[in-house]
Amino acid sequence: MKTFDYIRPASVPEAVAAGQVPGTAFLAAGTNLVDLMKGGVATPERIVDITRLPGLSSIERLPDGGTRVGALVRNSDLAYDAMFEKTYPMVAEALLAGASAQLRNAATVGGNLMQRTRCPYFTDAVSPCNKRAPGSGCAALGHATRIHAVQGWSEHCIATHPSDFCVPLAALDAVVEIAGPDGARAVPLTAFHLLPGDHPERETELRPGELITALRLPPEAASFRGHARYLKVRDRTSYAFAVVSAAAALTLEAGGRIGQARLALGGLALKPWRVAEAEAALVGQVPSPDAYAKAADAALAGAKPTGEANAFKIELARRVAIRALTQAAAGTPARIPALPASPFGIV
Amino acid sequence: MTIPLRLTLNGQPREIALDDPRVTLLDLLRERLGLTGAKKGCDRGQCGACTVLVDGRRINSCLTLAASLDGAEILTIEGLAEGDTLHPVQAAFIAHDGFQCGFCTPGQIMSAVGLIREGQAGTDPERIREGMSGNLCRCGAYAGILDAVQDAAARTTEQREDAA
Amino acid sequence: MTATASPSTLPAGGVRHGSSIGQPLTRRDGPLKVTGQARFSADNLPPGTLHAALCVARIAKGRVTGLDVAAAAAHPGVVAVMTPENAPTLAKDPDAKDGPFTFRLDLLQNDRVRYANQPIAVVIAETLEAATEGARLLAPTYAAETPRIGLDAGEVFTPPSVGVGAPAAESDGDVEAGLAAASKTIAATYETPAQYHNAMEPHAAVASWEGNRLTLLMPTQALAMSQGRLAGLFGISPDDIHIDSPYLGGGFGSKGVPAGPQVLACMAAKLVGKPVKLVPTRTQMYGPMGHRGPTRQTLRLGTDAAGKLTALDHHILTASSSFDDFFEPAGRATSTLYASPALAIRHEAVRLDTGTPLFMRAPGEATGSVALESALDEMAHELGMDPLDFRLANYAEVEPITGKPFSSKALRECYRRGAEAFGWAGRPLQPRQTRDKDGFLVGTGMGTATFPSLIFEGMARAEIRADGTGTVELGAIDMGQGSWTALAQIAADGLGIGMDALTFRMGSSDLPNAGIAGGSGHTATAGGAIHAAAADVIRQLADLATNDPASPLYGAGNAGVTAADGRLTRRDDPSRGESVTDILARAGRASIEGQGKAGADPAAQASYAMHAHGAVFAEVKVDPDLGQIRVSRLVGAFAAGRVINPRLVQSQYYGGMIWGLSFALHERAEMDPRTGRFLNDNLAEYHVPVNADVPAMEAILVHEDDAVVNNLGVKGVGEIGITGTVGAIANAIWHATGVRVREMPITLDKLLV
Repeated sequence: MKTFDYIRPASVPEAVAAGQVPGTAFLAAGTNLVDLMKGGVATPERIVDITRLPGLSSIERLPDGGTRVGALVRNSDLAYDAMFEKTYPMVAEALLAGASAQLRNAATVGGNLMQRTRCPYFTDAVSPCNKRAPGSGCAALGHATRIHAVQGWSEHCIATHPSDFCVPLAALDAVVEIAGPDGARAVPLTAFHLLPGDHPERETELRPGELITALRLPPEAASFRGHARYLKVRDRTSYAFAVVSAAAALTLEAGGRIGQARLALGGLALKPWRVAEAEAALVGQVPSPDAYAKAADAALAGAKPTGEANAFKIELARRVAIRALTQAAAGTPARIPALPASPFGIV
Repeated sequence: MTIPLRLTLNGQPREIALDDPRVTLLDLLRERLGLTGAKKGCDRGQCGACTVLVDGRRINSCLTLAASLDGAEILTIEGLAEGDTLHPVQAAFIAHDGFQCGFCTPGQIMSAVGLIREGQAGTDPERIREGMSGNLCRCGAYAGILDAVQDAAARTTEQREDAA
Repeated sequence: MTATASPSTLPAGGVRHGSSIGQPLTRRDGPLKVTGQARFSADNLPPGTLHAALCVARIAKGRVTGLDVAAAAAHPGVVAVMTPENAPTLAKDPDAKDGPFTFRLDLLQNDRVRYANQPIAVVIAETLEAATEGARLLAPTYAAETPRIGLDAGEVFTPPSVGVGAPAAESDGDVEAGLAAASKTIAATYETPAQYHNAMEPHAAVASWEGNRLTLLMPTQALAMSQGRLAGLFGISPDDIHIDSPYLGGGFGSKGVPAGPQVLACMAAKLVGKPVKLVPTRTQMYGPMGHRGPTRQTLRLGTDAAGKLTALDHHILTASSSFDDFFEPAGRATSTLYASPALAIRHEAVRLDTGTPLFMRAPGEATGSVALESALDEMAHELGMDPLDFRLANYAEVEPITGKPFSSKALRECYRRGAEAFGWAGRPLQPRQTRDKDGFLVGTGMGTATFPSLIFEGMARAEIRADGTGTVELGAIDMGQGSWTALAQIAADGLGIGMDALTFRMGSSDLPNAGIAGGSGHTATAGGAIHAAAADVIRQLADLATNDPASPLYGAGNAGVTAADGRLTRRDDPSRGESVTDILARAGRASIEGQGKAGADPAAQASYAMHAHGAVFAEVKVDPDLGQIRVSRLVGAFAAGRVINPRLVQSQYYGGMIWGLSFALHERAEMDPRTGRFLNDNLAEYHVPVNADVPAMEAILVHEDDAVVNNLGVKGVGEIGITGTVGAIANAIWHATGVRVREMPITLDKLLV
């Protein structure tokens, strides 16, 4: 690991000030950053340790019915918060489906948003990778594996975003609160992560030195509590990244028709994949396999494999979307299943 | 650059002058403090052999920079038993043959202690399996690990009920 | 620690009164291991020790053209950088071969790169952090060449032998004629990928030199062989090498021979004149530590109308490295399992730009078994026969090809007991017939397990003392199989004393050579040597007593005496006996020492086939739409001779069966064919099972007496569990889904229909 200066600021403004220096990285739990530093992928000159910053560790219900979650709230604390789990069950389920108990105990909300891709050509620190070394090329393009993108990729990068947490958050229109040298601002999560386009090295809307302070769930996010599921297909029953995942949330009206619908897919692109047409296709429909299939088709419109190895993900994602919608319509279980978000997580 | 650290380590207050900010909690314990119970199986948060409790929570010590732990309370496998009396989880691992080579065992045990403290799994085998899935065991002692954790969880619950 | 907390599933029968053999004792090393006090190699840091870190190649073929030694050396804390320029000269070319267990090593002998993750330099520093960063700062440059990756990349040839000295081709009868005469035939090709041992403990080494004497703390499955290899490389006597290896954090074959990085630690210590500790990273274990070679296996089967095999043909294509030989002997199981009038096995190979493959838990049997057991299942389906009935119809009463009788073979009992416990009867023959209440596809499958009963050369020393205590010592190894406990049980039993009265020492090269802990032969080897050494002590003790008119044992003769509970007793009159203490006191002796050895009996080997057997039954659930798989039940019934400690044996079977699950569903090393670099050389992406992958399991210990196999009557149990299990799971997945996947591992994408 490259040597770095270690700075432990006492407040958010101090942290932001410290973060202005080029080559600085903010350290929360470090579950992703320290890993990347060990691999020589991240080589910060300065570490600004924000772990103990005051005021970033609370979960508060807002007067408007929304919820603000401090950036330093640990994943497990959020997932096991009674109010949060009850109000945003699919977010809690996604949190518990991610990584391991140890990592969830350490990892923070803000850090999860900043998780980098697990593309092996990015993490090996030596292959051509436009994300890690702009202009060097994309080694993945000629040998895409099953983890690579089928949506939203460019000829410069075919990586995917590894987060489970971000998928339901995108579906619920979560907002990222940011502190920066020019004051605070808020960015919708769906706009926070950037598709690779011509500049895969730009991963988020965050400007240099800006710090995530909180995540906000808008008031309407709570209305899905009765019909919301996260489903994650994976190669190992636990402690594995998603091959494909889906967050599905519905409101059902008195007549049984779908009022509002949300659908976001994970494992397909460099950000949670949310398609307005897919959700629109569900609104006003009676929940049915046919309606789900139409929504799933819309969500997968334009999908294109980057190699033989990941072509299967398009059909799989379609099925995962349909299953997640079916589960959501059936209702949120009283308790998160023993195997969260697993197809085998039968309640 | 020296970073002063105050830690409570297995119940004892420790003051450490850390001469390198790169040192992880795992390497601090193993290479500088002589506490080699926590093991390095992957050094990347992928195997759980380095699991210790920080402020009562199980974490991967390999991914935690020691510098960030000023003021923290750390419990490692060396601090678990009360003198010669094994912690119920330790005893259960022996009784149920919850290990073979024993390399992942300190991490498994600390993880099980953390799991029981979290209080989410109870004695439900499926929830224990899931909750213990952050600890790889290449020997394949998972059946014994499950039995041991179930047994210890049940005993711990009994103890709590007796106390109440 | 108590010996009474035994799972109710363990058999109580067959235990002789007063004997510790057969009892499910808990592990004697347990208290140390659950408290973190068991000191594995990397847990040592002798005073003044420096840390070393490897720099490894990130190409698979070519040359290193540059290393920024200056940058590394300038990093604060770095003491030395070891490269081909300044590495200590070795007494022997690391590429020289002098036996089947000598593997070529990469010890900085030149600038050549022959596989990804090959060590190319070592940085030695005051701290681990400095050494690690120093290694990164070397930033090697290369002249890369196009590597050969994958079984289609090389030129096919016939290896001179496979495994360790096994013939590349074996046959009996005329396979083509058998196929031509068959009423039904099938042919199918199966693939198994390269797999990596991934013992949880890396191949660490803490090395220190005093003059020409080397002290080495490192995990090894073979102390004396390691001494020999190192002695050759450093030009010193094996007696000047002291290796401590009390606990191994798993080996699975990968610690059977010293790994290059362990030798590099010794070289680094020599270079800097201080003790050096080198622990490779997980990623650095994907290359220089061996792996299970990939295979492509084609099986052709013919049967008559009644389902009797008329021909069984097994062709294997495997791979070794460009520079050394280890060929996965995948045909071995086929030569022992099923009776066929015509049987042929043929191995071919290619050379690839990878590290050299090595024996990995059930080498050959594991890979071959999945192909054979899948093919058997496919043939049974073709015939409309129950897969178990089909196997019984082709039961080998004698070993095929050699025609030798089996020293023992309780396989029929394994089939019966396993099938009964599993509830095999009444299973539908057609696939995709069953769903559970939640809508998952349910399938069941089975496979036969087999592994040869090996024994190596080993020695032990035993002593009994006038105070009734005893000592047994030998250079045996515990890598998780439970040697600290099971061998001590044999020792206590042999000396006729209680476990509490026994001092038992092992895990050091200063003790008598107990051979290699591998091939599932360590209990037979080390246990056999202990048994013989203890018998030597008891013989001397009995001589003293039976020749002494003052002894109640006078005149009983050696064979007329048994040892137990610290006493010798007349076999024909248990009321007559006396204590070891009395015998030695009267003889004026403080103690008696004995020696023993074990080894193969050539006469028995010439006359008998010796194998352990078993039957594994699996139930799987598959999501009909999403393809995700979960093994829901595993039952194995195994017959492996005498059981020393049923608790430990059960754990070995469980571990093997979980390896089978891992083989079937998870493990696969993935490489970029363009560069030869790994895409998953870590434990996040190279999957092995986690706790949630492992279902309810049952391992049935089927009674088997074997008076021939060795002096203890034991067969190996460490590896057999994988065999049979992989095929059982693959067959169960077919039965659940109707999809036959012939390429391991079986991942969900292969089941999307």
